[in-house]
Amino acid sequence: VASFGAMPAFASLADDAIAEITGGAEMGEGALTITAPEIAENGNTVPISFDAPGAVMVALFADGNPTPKVASFKFGKLSPSHSASTRIRLAGTQNVVAVAQMEDGSFQKTQANIKVTIGGCGG
Amino acid sequence: MAKGVKPRVKVPKTASAGETITIKTLISHKMESGQRKDSDGNAIPRSIINRFTADFNGENVIDVTLEPAISTNPYFQFDSVVPESGDFKFTWYDDDGSVYEETKSIKVG
Repeated sequence: VASFGAMPAFASLADDAIAEITGGAEMGEGALTITAPEIAENGNTVPISFDAPGAVMVALFADGNPTPKVASFKFGKLSPSHSASTRIRLAGTQNVVAVAQMEDGSFQKTQANIKVTIGGCGG
Repeated sequence: MAKGVKPRVKVPKTASAGETITIKTLISHKMESGQRKDSDGNAIPRSIINRFTADFNGENVIDVTLEPAISTNPYFQFDSVVPESGDFKFTWYDDDGSVYEETKSIKVG
């Protein structure tokens, strides 16, 4: 597990992908939640949902996948809850990170550790 | 066009004005990630749905950018407010340029 800010030279691919969105801005916590299983038997299809009241955009990352980007969701005026569920692939046990851009331009972040029994990237 | 692509959408038929409804969508698609290799060891090229949008009477509800980490048969569940009777339009964009569309009407009464 990477420790934040300690070794910037070895920043992971996921950190790079997150910085692409946030521009390196500080990220708060609290307004954003992820719901995910603690243990996923099949990494090919892991159910993930998030709830981000007040967010205009939510991006999901998997820090142990060969390409960490998973998906990004933009919400329009008719979306009341700014939440969504989907199913994702995980190569192995890792963290799924959600980053939300709020209406005021600030960023929120949260993550969930998921233990994967069988990886979902083939090979 | 990729073979066997079929969108499925679940939207209630009726709602009351301003009600929040839950929408479920699924499109059958193999979502080839570009990470896999065939039996000869050659990489299988990526072929995925890369974008999904849902609109109601022309107003956007959700706009999703998909990466290869989204599972086979991409599934999304989300909420929408229904201000009046009208049509939900769902659109999926394939890497190969195909666009798949599905429309569902909802009546406010």
